[in-house]
Amino acid sequence: MVSGLSRELIALRVARELRDGQVVNLGIGLPTLVANFLPARVRVVLQAENGILGYGAVKDADYDQDVINAGGQPVEILAGASFFSSDQSFAMIRGGHIDVAVLGGLQVSARGDLANWLVPARGGGSIGGAMDLATGARRLIVAMEHRTRGGHPRILAHCTYPLTAERCVKLIVTDLAVIEVTTDGLALREVAPGVSVAEVVAQTGAPLTTDAVREMHL
Amino acid sequence: MFGGFVSAGTPTNLIRALARTGVSGLTGIANNIGLGDELDILNERRQLATFIASFAIRASGGRRSCFEELYRQGLVALELVPQGTLAERIRAGGAGIPAFYTKTGVGTPVADGKEVRELDGERYLMETALTADYALLKAHQADTFGNLTYRGAGRNFNVPMATAARTVIVEVDEIVEVGTLDPELIVTPGVYVDRIVRCATVPVRWEQ
Repeated sequence: MVSGLSRELIALRVARELRDGQVVNLGIGLPTLVANFLPARVRVVLQAENGILGYGAVKDADYDQDVINAGGQPVEILAGASFFSSDQSFAMIRGGHIDVAVLGGLQVSARGDLANWLVPARGGGSIGGAMDLATGARRLIVAMEHRTRGGHPRILAHCTYPLTAERCVKLIVTDLAVIEVTTDGLALREVAPGVSVAEVVAQTGAPLTTDAVREMHL
Repeated sequence: MFGGFVSAGTPTNLIRALARTGVSGLTGIANNIGLGDELDILNERRQLATFIASFAIRASGGRRSCFEELYRQGLVALELVPQGTLAERIRAGGAGIPAFYTKTGVGTPVADGKEVRELDGERYLMETALTADYALLKAHQADTFGNLTYRGAGRNFNVPMATAARTVIVEVDEIVEVGTLDPELIVTPGVYVDRIVRCATVPVRWEQ
């Protein structure tokens, strides 16, 4: 099987998508790592849906159980930050005030549907803020492994897992590739170093256009 | 209703006090249950019949909570709600708004059985308000009228829940005389609050 980027390198590639001044919400898991790889000249404002705009790095010292991000990690509060309630936080998210959300994924479809909250065989599940972020953020980037642990594609013609939201994903960054969701379907934009276009196509369960592909710059 | 978001603003003392009463057949509403939170003691004592939450069962598997065990045995019912919809349903409940439309959940299992309305060419789901008999909440300071301030990200669900329950009980770090708190800095006006209890904060360390 083709070997791809580490989770850290996926996060690094996602970080390159962020622009100075953007308001960004990072989902739990892999997306959280994106904060560690922001270029020095890029200052984004991080929103945590539990009620912080303007948090910084995860901190180890001076633990304060009331100052945490949505993943429960204690975080620094930066100058200019604000605290607010959950209804205010989701008014911000659902009202279109978040520029970019980065979420993890279980499956993405050819038209940009996202499934990321429930593995049907496992049942139960946790939605959290994912449906609101997928629906409300102006741009949604999904950061995930290209294949399941069993080697099956996560990018499919149609999602087989229950959806988080329809037609919401704009960009998919995986260990193998960067894929843009366009009105004409999925366009392969970049391949990871050492990975061929043919290999990405073989590991993807939906048609990909491949006319303007370059190697990822890391 | 139980305020709090994982470790922040969680009314741990009030949850423990509720566990001691042993009342059962409760319907609970909170952002999260079964992720290692204090609310799981209500499952250990089989006090909950139904729970409404946005986080309930770890998607990644791993350590099972008592809530998850009971849920899988069909001994507790779960209504999983998107977090923004949960917050807004509670806000609406407190503001006398019986229902509202939102895009969140369209085309997902959350839409099952709900009215879908097209407005300006977009599809929206109708979601209904949530209210409760009691809200158990955590704030930082209260004055004797019930005006509340909070610490950090401790506002979360405490703020909308304070408006949406018939009897609102709040544990606080400190109770002060009326006139002590700066009116400019009060987050929850005292009109919403029925009882205040001064408690030492129970340390909660969140395990990932």
